[in-house]
Amino acid sequence: MAAPRYGSPLKRAVTFYIPLVLMVGLTLFPFYWMVITSIRPDVELYNVKANPFFTLYPTLQHFHDLFELTMFARWAWNTLFIAVVSTAISLFCGLLAGYALARLQFRWASPLGTMIFITYLVPPTLLFIPLGDVVKTFGIGDTPWAVILTYPTFLIPFCTWLLMGYFKTIPREIEECARIDGASRIQAMIRISFPLAVPGILSAGIFAFTLSWNEFLYALVFLSSPQQKTIPIGVFTELVRGDVFYWGPLMAGALLGSIPVALVYSFFVEHYVTALTGAVKG
Amino acid sequence: MADQRIEPILAERASAAASVVPASVAVAVPEARRPTRLGQLLEREHILAGALLAPTLVILTLFIAYPFVLGIWLAVSDKVVGRPGNFVGLQNFWVNVNDTIFLRAFQNTFVYTFIATALKLALGMGAALLLNHHFRFKRIVRAGMLLPWIVPTVLSTLAWQWMFDATFSVFNWTLMNVGLISKRILWLGDGTMAMGCLILVNVWRGMPFFAITLLAGLQTVNPDLHEAAEIDGANAWQRFWRVTLPLIKPIMMVVVLFSMIATFADFQLIYVLTRGGPYSSTHVFGTYAYEIAMRAAQLGQGASISLSLFPFLLAVIVFQLWYIRRSD
Repeated sequence: MAAPRYGSPLKRAVTFYIPLVLMVGLTLFPFYWMVITSIRPDVELYNVKANPFFTLYPTLQHFHDLFELTMFARWAWNTLFIAVVSTAISLFCGLLAGYALARLQFRWASPLGTMIFITYLVPPTLLFIPLGDVVKTFGIGDTPWAVILTYPTFLIPFCTWLLMGYFKTIPREIEECARIDGASRIQAMIRISFPLAVPGILSAGIFAFTLSWNEFLYALVFLSSPQQKTIPIGVFTELVRGDVFYWGPLMAGALLGSIPVALVYSFFVEHYVTALTGAVKG
Repeated sequence: MADQRIEPILAERASAAASVVPASVAVAVPEARRPTRLGQLLEREHILAGALLAPTLVILTLFIAYPFVLGIWLAVSDKVVGRPGNFVGLQNFWVNVNDTIFLRAFQNTFVYTFIATALKLALGMGAALLLNHHFRFKRIVRAGMLLPWIVPTVLSTLAWQWMFDATFSVFNWTLMNVGLISKRILWLGDGTMAMGCLILVNVWRGMPFFAITLLAGLQTVNPDLHEAAEIDGANAWQRFWRVTLPLIKPIMMVVVLFSMIATFADFQLIYVLTRGGPYSSTHVFGTYAYEIAMRAAQLGQGASISLSLFPFLLAVIVFQLWYIRRSD
């Protein structure tokens, strides 16, 4: 779409810059709030008179408390481990399945594709109660494997869907050339198609990583002991005692729990956006 | 596709040829081995497809299909934690339709879904139109816009909860200092207010997803069409409604349906901000099912509540599949 032309700078300010600044401001304000809360001392935080927007006495006390009083470092490690392993499993399965559905001719291709699309839309809310039972039956309750094996239920359909779309954009002829040159079916797949799909794999991987880093419901239900928790669960359950909220450490934890995904995302913005738009277009 | 039976022969000839011809071809030539039994089997597409799909199907059967069936069984049983359940027919559902909290949750789910989705669509479209302009720092702004969507919802919702705090709310502080209010507003104090706050936070979190996907749609619209419409005398408003909107309608529909499913089945945002309170007035299906199954340990009753999501979910999924098929 062409960029609209504007008559005067005033008109451009009213119809463009002011809404843009408002939008960006409202979007980012809660993050400013996390940062400022995490460095304001308690005496200021709990003083209704004090100006809440800034502080003259910044402190790292809340971060200190976060690491001293909770197992935050442990939660961070758990979150990372779970996100990396479940992403790897999902990418592996999704890559193979996406290739099969996009490239191979077999009778069940179309119904299987539809089925995987449907599982992609099944929300955790529908399944968490029986899944809790299943996890217990397999004896993996309250271990990282409880979530590592259940996150793929929403990650695999997503990866499959995205990579299926990606494989369809790679010309079939490249593989056929390799076949004529003597490659077997599998060799053509592994040595020709998979390397060409690397950008798609990266997109799916980034997206899957952020999804599993952020997951809440399964982790809340399946992980109960403090040393097994992930950051979202740990911060939420261990820093709120009954009605008492430890806001300083809470916001410090929220900030530290958000930074890794924000960093990963910022390095791969384009890949992430591709995944996001590809996820809906298919 | 070439005939599969003659391909191994072709392959052998090609490899013989490849050893003499100097490697000037662009495509890498994998070394050809003598095809093994397994290798031969995998040359057949339907067998290879089965092998490639096996890991996915195993995981999805164990952790989606099986729990789904188990969920239906739980919903018609009186299972509680630590004791096997008995079949009780539709009793759990009968209990639900006579439960005022369930009916309230039912209503809340729809209010929450429809209002939040409508707002996200409207604001997301506005944001996408803004981001479709050329301006400095466009990439940074676009990247920053997505932050609410990518950081863990629980953590950003905690920040919102602190902003809505009964005593130390930053909104109250600002409004009081500007002189607009004289008494603190209890943002999460009653059901209606709290529902408004939930919708606000949901819109804040979900709007970027709309903005970025709609922006991708806008970028595919051919500028010539706009110029043509402009020459024909259409103003900006008319161009949006008559040119842009019809062209991005397919992607818009898909985004709306995706978002509706996610909002409909939302759990974390509500559970963190209000825990269904005050006085169980902001429960949705997800949080109420959790409350009954996990905190009251009534797995059967809880499963029947979360299964109540299913008919609506199914309706949206069927509509979505139908819509995608039709536009293909």
